[in-house]
Amino acid sequence: MPPILEVQNLAKNYGNFAAVKGISFDIKEGEIFSLLGPNGAGKTTTISMLSTLYTPTAGDATIGGHSITKDPMAVKQMIGVVPQEIALYEDLTARENLVFWGQMYGLGGKSLNNRVDEVLEQIGLADKAKNRVKTYSGGMKRRVNIGVGLLHKPRLLFMDEPTVGIDPQSRRAILDTVKDLNKQGMTVLYTTHYMEEAQELSDRVGIIDHGELIALGTQKELTRQVGETETLILHIGENDDPEALAKSLNGVPDVLEAIATDHEVSVVANEAEEVLAAVVTKANERGIKIHSIDIREPNLEAVFLHLTGRALRD
Amino acid sequence: MLKLLLIGIKDLQLMFRDRAALTFMLLAPFLLTIGMGFVTGRFSGGSTGISDIPVVIINLDKGDLGNALEDLFNSDELSDLMEPTASDSPEAARQIIDSDGASAAVIIPEGFTRSIIPVEGTMFDPNAVQPEAVQIEVYANPSRPTGAGIVKAIVDEFVSRVEEGRTRGMTSIIGLMQSGLLNPQNAETEARALFENVEETESTALTLRTDKKGAAAVEFDLLAYFAPGMALMFLMYTVSYGGRSILAERAQGTLPRLMISPTQTAQVLGGKVLGIFFMGVAQVGILILASTVFFQVKWGDPLGMVALILAAVFGAAGWGMLITAFARTPAQVGSTGSAIMLIFGILGGSFINLEQFPPFMRTISRITPNAWGLDGFTTLALGGTLKNLTEPIAALLLMGTVLFGIAVVMFNRSGIMQK
Repeated sequence: MPPILEVQNLAKNYGNFAAVKGISFDIKEGEIFSLLGPNGAGKTTTISMLSTLYTPTAGDATIGGHSITKDPMAVKQMIGVVPQEIALYEDLTARENLVFWGQMYGLGGKSLNNRVDEVLEQIGLADKAKNRVKTYSGGMKRRVNIGVGLLHKPRLLFMDEPTVGIDPQSRRAILDTVKDLNKQGMTVLYTTHYMEEAQELSDRVGIIDHGELIALGTQKELTRQVGETETLILHIGENDDPEALAKSLNGVPDVLEAIATDHEVSVVANEAEEVLAAVVTKANERGIKIHSIDIREPNLEAVFLHLTGRALRD
Repeated sequence: MLKLLLIGIKDLQLMFRDRAALTFMLLAPFLLTIGMGFVTGRFSGGSTGISDIPVVIINLDKGDLGNALEDLFNSDELSDLMEPTASDSPEAARQIIDSDGASAAVIIPEGFTRSIIPVEGTMFDPNAVQPEAVQIEVYANPSRPTGAGIVKAIVDEFVSRVEEGRTRGMTSIIGLMQSGLLNPQNAETEARALFENVEETESTALTLRTDKKGAAAVEFDLLAYFAPGMALMFLMYTVSYGGRSILAERAQGTLPRLMISPTQTAQVLGGKVLGIFFMGVAQVGILILASTVFFQVKWGDPLGMVALILAAVFGAAGWGMLITAFARTPAQVGSTGSAIMLIFGILGGSFINLEQFPPFMRTISRITPNAWGLDGFTTLALGGTLKNLTEPIAALLLMGTVLFGIAVVMFNRSGIMQK
């Protein structure tokens, strides 16, 4: 599949602060590509540049062969955007919102009404379409927010953290919607700081931190970077010192790496069970009470931890 | 163009769903108008609140009709309303007006009476040379439009009554002659008798003030001043509300969403401006309609009124955009807009007739759309038409254009619409 999106050295500076530092990647037609990174990593700035809202400081990107800097109107016709914040008119009904935004994308007449009906069905709000948006729950608003981005059947859909601040049920519904859209042939660029979402949805993942794309590939390719290791997550008491425990564990045989995070210590080993007893003993020696232990196989969280020394939520 | 219109209509729709804003935009000015009506005695049949309008009368005619008009201004019935002084020199009178010494000068030219009532023996003489029409001149003080308008309305009514009486009388005489009921030799005698009656009843212009039927023509309805005054004052709130919506849309993310849709920046900004314009027109239109229905306010020439409303809203919308361009948050627009609404309300004559202000205040008031709008509405209420509104409409359009221009420059600098 040819790339629908090609990003070349895209950068955005705000004064002396570099929000995005010359990133490059591409997205193939029909794939779900996730940009995974903590808050403030540069995900929203990247999407804002790709959707032509912000002018890049340097670099360029093409969408369907059209430059975002030289031919923004052609780009706008091809993309749909679901912004992170709920960008709707709360005093209008869901239907009125969809009709208005549909008109802004050049739809009209009967085709607009039919498309609005389809989208309302798709987001599961057909029976509440005549209620004003301000009466909706957060999850329902998120679904309308997504619906607006789908109205004109874009070839490439940008979804910027669409599950922030909603209940698990609505989150599940949104993730299922993304998968359905992709099955129908829509290419999706999805940004998130939830490792599980990127893991569940993505064909390929780009890990972004401090404005830099620090890793890029399929999940297999990325987890291979941290080796075939496993991670023990030790949950310790609030008053215990995770740094001290991590330091002492770094000397334990077969422990590859021990990293302290907030009330947790992540212990990386080739076989978690082989080091488990030694880890517990070390904690007891230091008088640290372990509340629970999780064993994780290599995942994107481990990749991020490996690359940055920080957890995704930090 | 279509998207521009759709954005404007959407903003109007949102305005009508905002109950708090509607209360402030429609109910508050309506209630204040009622309040001003009670305070000034409009509803209790008290005085009009306008009195002692200084007027200079120059009677060069000295004939029956000229004297009648002079007497009219000096009559007991108009003694509260008018403060006439006599002069022999039109030039001196014009100087008084130019130096803001009076609201208007009424110059009754020599031969005015003779131009209407021909000399004896020439009325039905086909060989007699008929005198040329001579017109009374009202030299108005532009900085006192209300007083000048009232003077002009009195003169116009006087002249139209005289003309009406003459035309009706002559038509009757000629009709009687043609039907053979009146001997041509007696025609002039009968006609003169009719003119004498006209002279007697030319005081209809005077009696207009006390006569119920004619009162509306001359007497100035104070609500025709205060109702637009309040509407214009609260129009400033409406335009700042509309301006605030630009910043609110930016904060709530709908403005960026508009910017990433295939819509030009100019269409988005133009649509927002159109929305403000629609809101202002809807507000003033509803208030005028309500004043007409509930208070029987006579607004005058509908065409002139529509043109004036559009121009006033355009001028005010310019202020709304300027306030928005300087503000950083919707709350700043709200507080600044409310302050400017009150300042312009006072300065622009919404509470106190501008003619009671000292000259420098009247000059300063010209920066407000309220002052120009009130001039126009007063002119219309006193019988003026669209052609008499050139000055206020041009001033309002110029005001709007200049302010929009400054606002666009400011928007570009602040980057609100930029990427």
